[in-house]
Amino acid sequence: MAAVTADQTTQGTAGTAEEAEAAHLATFDAAVAADDRIEPRDWMPEAYRASLVRQMAQHAHSEIIGMQPEANWISRAPSLRRKAILMAKVQDEAGHGLYLYSAAETLGTSREELLDKLHAGRQRYSSIFNYPTLTWADVGAIGWLVDGAAITNQVPLCRCSYGPYARAMVRICKEESFHQRQGYELLLALSHGTPAQHEMAQDAVNRWWWPSLMMFGPPDDASAHSAQSMAWKIKRHSNDELRRRFVDICVPQAQVLGLSLPDPDIRWNEKLGQHDYGAIDWTEFQEVLKGNGPCNEQRLTQRRKAHEEGAWVRDAAAAYADKHSARPGTAGAAAQPVEATA
Amino acid sequence: MSSSTDWPLWEVFVRSRRGLSHTHAGSLHAPDAEMALRNARDLYTRRSEGVSLWVVPSTEITASSPDEKDSFFEPAGDKPYRHPTFYEIPEGVKHL
Repeated sequence: MAAVTADQTTQGTAGTAEEAEAAHLATFDAAVAADDRIEPRDWMPEAYRASLVRQMAQHAHSEIIGMQPEANWISRAPSLRRKAILMAKVQDEAGHGLYLYSAAETLGTSREELLDKLHAGRQRYSSIFNYPTLTWADVGAIGWLVDGAAITNQVPLCRCSYGPYARAMVRICKEESFHQRQGYELLLALSHGTPAQHEMAQDAVNRWWWPSLMMFGPPDDASAHSAQSMAWKIKRHSNDELRRRFVDICVPQAQVLGLSLPDPDIRWNEKLGQHDYGAIDWTEFQEVLKGNGPCNEQRLTQRRKAHEEGAWVRDAAAAYADKHSARPGTAGAAAQPVEATA
Repeated sequence: MSSSTDWPLWEVFVRSRRGLSHTHAGSLHAPDAEMALRNARDLYTRRSEGVSLWVVPSTEITASSPDEKDSFFEPAGDKPYRHPTFYEIPEGVKHL
C-alpha cells in the first residue's frame, strides 16, 4: 500500500523528477551489475519490488502450507525418535515462513496483507503441497525429493540481489539440509526393511518424483518471470538448468537407496555429461496450479481455520500488552534494549 | 479476514557466545517485549545459536539515509593516513 502512494507522488513533478528517476535507476543497475546487494531503503524499480514481493510471498506461504502434509503424520510416527525429528522439522518450516514474511515486509508489505492474500487465494504457494501424504514413507519422500528440490532452488537464492531475501535464504538453507537427510535416512530404513516396507518406500518415490520435478517451474521458454528475474539477479539459474542439476543429484542417490525413479527415459548423456529424462506432464502442473489438485481446497480451508481459531490468542495477547502499556511507540515504552542473558 | 492489526515489529539481536557482541539476526512481530523475547528464542535460537538476546522495537531505531550515504560517509574517504598500511617502514624493523 505504502509503495503505491509513493509511486503516485513522484508522477506530479515532471522533468526534474524524471531525471532523478533516471539517476536512481542508473545507481540501481550499477549495483546489480557489480553484484552489490540492494537493501530495503535503497531506491528500486517498482517492478523489481513487486516481483520480489510476489516471489517472497509465494515462498513464505509455501513454508506455512508445507507444514500441513507432514504434520498429518506427527501423531502416527513409528517411534519417539522419528516423532521428535518430524516435530522439529515442521517447527523449522514455521520458522522459515516467518523469516520470509519478515524479509517481505522490508519491501513495505504488511504481514496482515500477506496472510489475507493467501487466505483469499490471491497469492500462491508451491503446488507440491496440494498432493496428499498417504503413507509414512511419504514423509521420507518429501524430505529427500521435495526438500532436495527446494534446496537446489534455494542455494543460488543465497546470492540473490535483494539483501534481506538472501540473508533469509542463508539461514533456511543451513536448516534444510537436516530436512533432506532425515528423509533420505527414513527411506533407507524402509527400503532395507521388510518387503512391504520396501514397497511402501518405492510407491512414495513413484508418486513424489514427477511433482518434485515440477517444483522448478515451467520450462524456460514458457516461464513468465524468468528472464527479468535473472536480469535483476533475483534468480541465478534457469528452471530447466536447476531441474537437470536435481536429476543428476538424485540418480546416484536412488541407487544407494535401492529404489528406482519412475522414469524409463532417464539415462546418462555422454555428450552433455548430464542425465536425460522423460517428458513432464505439464497439463497436470497447470491443473494443480488452477486449484484442481488433490488437496488444494483442503490446504486453504485448514489454513483459514487455524488463523480464525487463533484469533482469540492474538486478541488476548494484544489486550494484555495494551493493559500494561508496553507497546512500542506509546508512553512508557522501553527505550533500552531488553536483554535476556542465559 | 482478521479484524485486529499486526502486532508491532521488533528487531532481534543475538549474542552467539560470551565474549562476542550481539548481532542483528532478523525481526518478528510480538505484542510486547516479553513475548518478543520468547518468540525470538523460538525463531532465532532453535539450534543453540545464542546465549543472550536483545529485542528492540523497530520504530525506536534511527537509521542513516541511503540517499546521503556518499556525503555522509565521505569525510573518512580521503584519510588513508588513519590506516597503518599508509606508512612506509624500512624492512627488518620489528614489532611495528
